[in-house]
Amino acid sequence: MLRRRLFITSFLAAPVTLYLIYVIAPYVQAFYISMTDWRGVSAAPRFIGLENFQRLFSDGIFWKAVSHNALLLVLLPLITIVLSLFFAFLLNVGGKGVSGVRGSKFYRVVFFFPQVLAVAVVAVLFQQVFRPDDSGMLNGPLMALGLPSVGFLSDPSVAFWSVLGVMVWQAVGFYVVLFSAGLASIPGDMFEAAQIDGAGRFSLFFRITLPLLWDTVQVAWVYLGILALDVFAIVWVMTDQHGGPDFSTTVMAAEIYRNAFQYFRFGYASALGVIMFFFTIGFAILALRLSRRERIEY
Amino acid sequence: MPNTPHTPHITRRELLRSAVLIPAAGALAACATPAQAPATSAPAAAATSAANPFGVAADKPLEIWIFDGGFGQAYAKDIHQPLFATKYPKAQIKHNATKEITKVLQPRFAGGNPPDVIDNSGANFMDFGALAQDGQLQDLTPLLDAPTWDDPAMKVRDSIDPAVIEIGTYDGKFSVLGYVNYIYGIWYSKKAFDENGWAAPKTWDEFTALCETIKKSGKMAPFTYAGKFPQYLYEALLTMAAKIGGNEVLVNIDNLEDGAWTTEAMKESATRWAEVGAKYLMQGTAGLDHVQTQTAQNKYEVAMLPSGSWLENEQKDTTPADFAYQMFVVPDVTSSDKMPYGTLHTQPGENFIVPSKGANPQGGMEYLRAMLSKKAAGDFSELVRTVTVVKGAGEGRELSSGVKSASDAVAAAGANTVYFRWERWYAQLKDEAIAATGQLMSGGLTPDKYLERIQKKADELKNDSAIKKYKR
Repeated sequence: MLRRRLFITSFLAAPVTLYLIYVIAPYVQAFYISMTDWRGVSAAPRFIGLENFQRLFSDGIFWKAVSHNALLLVLLPLITIVLSLFFAFLLNVGGKGVSGVRGSKFYRVVFFFPQVLAVAVVAVLFQQVFRPDDSGMLNGPLMALGLPSVGFLSDPSVAFWSVLGVMVWQAVGFYVVLFSAGLASIPGDMFEAAQIDGAGRFSLFFRITLPLLWDTVQVAWVYLGILALDVFAIVWVMTDQHGGPDFSTTVMAAEIYRNAFQYFRFGYASALGVIMFFFTIGFAILALRLSRRERIEY
Repeated sequence: MPNTPHTPHITRRELLRSAVLIPAAGALAACATPAQAPATSAPAAAATSAANPFGVAADKPLEIWIFDGGFGQAYAKDIHQPLFATKYPKAQIKHNATKEITKVLQPRFAGGNPPDVIDNSGANFMDFGALAQDGQLQDLTPLLDAPTWDDPAMKVRDSIDPAVIEIGTYDGKFSVLGYVNYIYGIWYSKKAFDENGWAAPKTWDEFTALCETIKKSGKMAPFTYAGKFPQYLYEALLTMAAKIGGNEVLVNIDNLEDGAWTTEAMKESATRWAEVGAKYLMQGTAGLDHVQTQTAQNKYEVAMLPSGSWLENEQKDTTPADFAYQMFVVPDVTSSDKMPYGTLHTQPGENFIVPSKGANPQGGMEYLRAMLSKKAAGDFSELVRTVTVVKGAGEGRELSSGVKSASDAVAAAGANTVYFRWERWYAQLKDEAIAATGQLMSGGLTPDKYLERIQKKADELKNDSAIKKYKR
């Protein structure tokens, strides 16, 4: 028994140490810094207790960022999952018999393509797509038709939806593949049997596909939720004024960056980081609770 | 592309880098934690003399960091450092350049071993307020009182533009050396104006009439600005407010006085510019950056845009050979403007600092003294087509059309120049003003609401005990 423990411990020692040094310690430090007025250059920051948190809760931009994260938390998983389920269904059982629509192999690659691109590349790409003059991929045709150009990234009432659109565009491919894998593990005779019983595509989807994929959908929901909470690069790179115009697309991570590296308020930025930490932990616990459910064996 | 703090020209590459470098928000602050201050061994200073006013140790290495922006880094390697080396051949110069000053150097300040000279510029420059607040900036007053590099009878103080000293002073200590004189105005192509019979306007009525003429001609759009960076526009707006209401308009704003943003002069100016926003902007302006709008101007798609004297150098690769950049100053608005025609905004930029806790602050100051020699400044001007703060360094040098136009404007303005410092003192106020100005120009905010909004932020800052306040 002792030997076995020693054996396990010896294997765990190195990774646990690394984890403590590179993951836990920075978090603990961040908690400490969040209670100082550190401006990033001093060797001896002043301890100020919870002042940063007080300031944070009365900061309008913080609440804007939180509300954007919250909106993303609801909409990003919802839209992405609905779309990818739909596409996965079409690609796998949407055609005649139990098969995908024509050209489904090709589509699968096309759907997955955005996933291969780095976030920063996607952001720069869409900056060009959304350009407001006639060189923009979307505005060019509009203007050629004599319509006014749309400020996809420059109109504060539109910009957030543009960001959401790009995030969905990038995420869908991965979940199409994930759901396709889930579908592939559902025995084909279930679909055949249902079809023989006269089920249309509609009931095939809602009566068989969705219930049997429920586990996978939950995993997708948790992943997408975390993506929605820590979104940063796409907003920072793609939007005007890093989260603008007029803070209309800003998110918590962007505010952390802005406060730390532009305002040199490292203490305040750490306080934001601590808040975000609790949001993410809270979401993860909630998600795990909600997803406890009996599995369907097949 | 001289990245002044005033005009954050952000290249795509810089953006990508900043995006890629930040993997996890939680680890952000932690990766740059304060270290224990190492025991600072007092640098053994050599004896001071007229030839060596700071007591530079002849063989002490000197570490230099240059912001690699629109001016590049060649000027430091090819002009400044060889000049320094003529006097201190034994001192090893360690030259470095980066586009990301903050990311590279902030941890070194926190760790207590900053380098000796920093060109603290670019979109990601280190906050001067934070550095000053923490006593990280070497007091450069000895530099001002030292003899110039070329002439032992002349003090450095008398060889440079006095605004440099004023603007570089934090808490009564001169600690930031602006090296380049930025001159702001509204820029146009002399060729386009001559061909169409348009003339640079002197009054606001002439300006709007010109906009109307250009609009009707259908040849190009009248006006644009870097819509993604509305600070280009509030620069003109604030200059105009100072012209209407006098310099104290800007002084009060800098000093965070109550109601400084909502004065009549500011309202008048904001109203005029909102009118331009509503009627005369090139389509899509709000979503274009400085390079895109400037390129549109080079393609004769738009007639006028507000910018600074770095514009010509920045656009040198896309400007047609006969384009002939010229600038005009903010027009007269009413017949009772407090400041006369010709009033303009000029401000030293490209800021050099010497960290007080570096290994060789004496060497750092000496390096700045070399930079301020007539030869170094003149060679610099010629290399990067711009005007330095060293008096007379451009004499006898060949100036390009735009630089000449800007220099002439400064000469014509005489003492009627203005500047503001709030945006460098209070970064949060700057972001709020940027966001709000974009809204003003696109009609999302009325002039009143626009000024109220910035005023609110200014009040908030004023009451925030964690932010150090400055006065001028």
